[in-house]
Amino acid sequence: MEFVVISLLNGITYGLLLFMLSSGLTLIFSMMGILNFAHASFYMLGAYFAYQISTWVGFWPGLLVAPLLVGAVGALVERYGLRRAHRFGHVAELLFTFGLAFVVEEVVHLVWGKVAVDYRIPVELDGTLFTLFDTSFPIYKGFMMLISVGMLVALYALLTRTRIGLIIQAALTKPDMVEALGHNVPRIFMLVFGGGTALAGLAGVIGGNAFVTEPGMAAAVGSIVFVIVVVGGLGSLGGAFVASLLIGCIQTFSVGLSISITDVFALVGIALPAGSQVARLTITQMAPVLPYLFMVAILIFRPRGLMGARES
Amino acid sequence: MLVSSRLVTRSRLLLWGGCLALALALPLIFRSSFLISLLCQMGIMVVFSLSYNMLLGQTGLLSFGHAVYYGLGAFATMHTLNALGKDGGPLVVALLPAVGACAGLAGGVVLGYVTTRKAGTTFAMITLGIGELVAACSLMFPGVFGGEGGVSGNRVIGKESFLGFNWGPQVEMYGLIVMWAFVCTVAMFALTQTPLGRMANAVRDNPERAEFVGYDTERVRLLMVILSGMFAGAAGGLTALNYEIVTAETLNAHTSGVVLLMTFVGGIGFFYGPIIGAILITVMQIVVGGMTHAWLLYFGLFFLFMVLKAPGGIASLIAVQRNLWNAGLFGRMLPHYLAMMLPVLILLAGLVGVVELSYALLAGDGVGAGDTATRVLGMQLKLGTPAPWVTALAVTGAGMILTRWIGGRAGTAWNSTLATLHGDKA
Repeated sequence: MEFVVISLLNGITYGLLLFMLSSGLTLIFSMMGILNFAHASFYMLGAYFAYQISTWVGFWPGLLVAPLLVGAVGALVERYGLRRAHRFGHVAELLFTFGLAFVVEEVVHLVWGKVAVDYRIPVELDGTLFTLFDTSFPIYKGFMMLISVGMLVALYALLTRTRIGLIIQAALTKPDMVEALGHNVPRIFMLVFGGGTALAGLAGVIGGNAFVTEPGMAAAVGSIVFVIVVVGGLGSLGGAFVASLLIGCIQTFSVGLSISITDVFALVGIALPAGSQVARLTITQMAPVLPYLFMVAILIFRPRGLMGARES
Repeated sequence: MLVSSRLVTRSRLLLWGGCLALALALPLIFRSSFLISLLCQMGIMVVFSLSYNMLLGQTGLLSFGHAVYYGLGAFATMHTLNALGKDGGPLVVALLPAVGACAGLAGGVVLGYVTTRKAGTTFAMITLGIGELVAACSLMFPGVFGGEGGVSGNRVIGKESFLGFNWGPQVEMYGLIVMWAFVCTVAMFALTQTPLGRMANAVRDNPERAEFVGYDTERVRLLMVILSGMFAGAAGGLTALNYEIVTAETLNAHTSGVVLLMTFVGGIGFFYGPIIGAILITVMQIVVGGMTHAWLLYFGLFFLFMVLKAPGGIASLIAVQRNLWNAGLFGRMLPHYLAMMLPVLILLAGLVGVVELSYALLAGDGVGAGDTATRVLGMQLKLGTPAPWVTALAVTGAGMILTRWIGGRAGTAWNSTLATLHGDKA
């Protein structure tokens, strides 16, 4: 029981963080039809910017400034890179973001070095929020949840309750019509791209110190975010939300479960031949593989994803 | 593109034979062991990137997990080599990359079933996921994949030799790689001329129409994935024999990324494009990589430049020049090319200066930040002082302005030349 509740809380925290990444990715995808391969790189940039700012003026200004900076970088990338690559088609755009991820990682190596930097949780948030069955739940995780939920509510309100949100939604489906009505669609694209990358940056700011800020963090999270987008269904925000929470929970639960495959099969009454390498694997050892296995299963049984509307 | 109705023509025979002879003669010119191992790596990468282009260039499938087949081929070959023990001989060893090819093929059958259900962006993402899945699995089974240390073996079995070869010296290994690369390249080229190769192009260009004509696009994609997996597996087998060690890195995302970059930079629209890319990038990787720590950054920037400015790759640039040459217009552009060289060189020098200075300052753990001189680009510079930075930035700025100025004039000439070229055709 204790394990379940704590893992569930951790899973939801992680899942919400993942959703901040995947929501930006989904928005950008449904608007421009491109998958931003460098999305996790903006997450990494967010963490590094926040680290740099925190060494100068502390954590709180960084919380605000770092995502804005990342968003600005994202908007510039869209304006001067992607928009040019767009002329050559989707593959060129995808390759551009792929190359960008490469360059960002190298620049991070160059500026901040190859080892993890010491980006820490601020003292005010360092402590225990509550204790549940002898396990303490840190304040910072609560803070992460608060920020993510707040951000998501704001995003939802922006998209559905404001004029700019209305135009964005219209531009998602009928860009030509929106342009004909006199709106500057390329600028909306730039805004959406900047906004999506700013969300990724914010995720980096609050995730970088909860986990670890190192040059490999983009690659580690990047492929998981892609799994989420595929599992949730391309272009579906709701699907991305469900998939984020699911994958977040799968990852946190599997890390804590030390039963082996033999035990799992024994539960359903099948005895595996002992001794083989597969049978001895524990769920914990399998944790890195589970999201991908889940994705493969979804692809086989429901190719368009959990809530995906559009085919391919 | 003009395609001869006959697969074997005299000019084609001459070209292929000439290439083979040249490849075999290269070790006579480049004798040092460093250059020969560089040539070996090139040969392997040529096969690997050609196999990748079967997907990206011919079928329009952007894969982020092609290294999986390469890695499977490498591991299968290595395990077979080790299992052979004393029973094998040099002839068997020479044929071992076929085992890698079979492993790649088997991998293609299993994984292709999952990945080829969709084309386009979905395919790209699924291959990424599958690639990560296999890479993560490889760390879970250290018995098969050797864990961190990898699996190693010895390609020299027994004392006897086959036609005087036992593959011990690197030159003999190079000969083996050339033979395999040649066979694979011919086979891959022949495949582009078969109905399947043509259908792959149709599926790339207009899947709906291909389906309407009565072809199953999913099946065509699957067949192409399987076949390209087979050739990638053969390339993997060659790597296993060449380096005598296979690590989990051969099948991870980094290797997949490198082959994608090679193929794209070379040019995906031409059969010979990936060959250029593989040779160029391997040289960059080893030569530039040996000179500077920042080579990946240069590599990434070069790639971004290619995506934005020459999405057809180097092969397309060559093709355009050839068209100009045939139309007798090359002479018009030549002075502009020559005029462009100087500003571009200045710009590059400035950029390299800035990057190298930053690397020396930041990657050296702040050692160079003080007043002591650090060695950058063969010069003793004081990184704490503004002088080197100002110089590098000034050179970059001057290069930018000159490039824009002369480039603008070259661009105008380029447009008018192209207009003449197309005008002549019409």
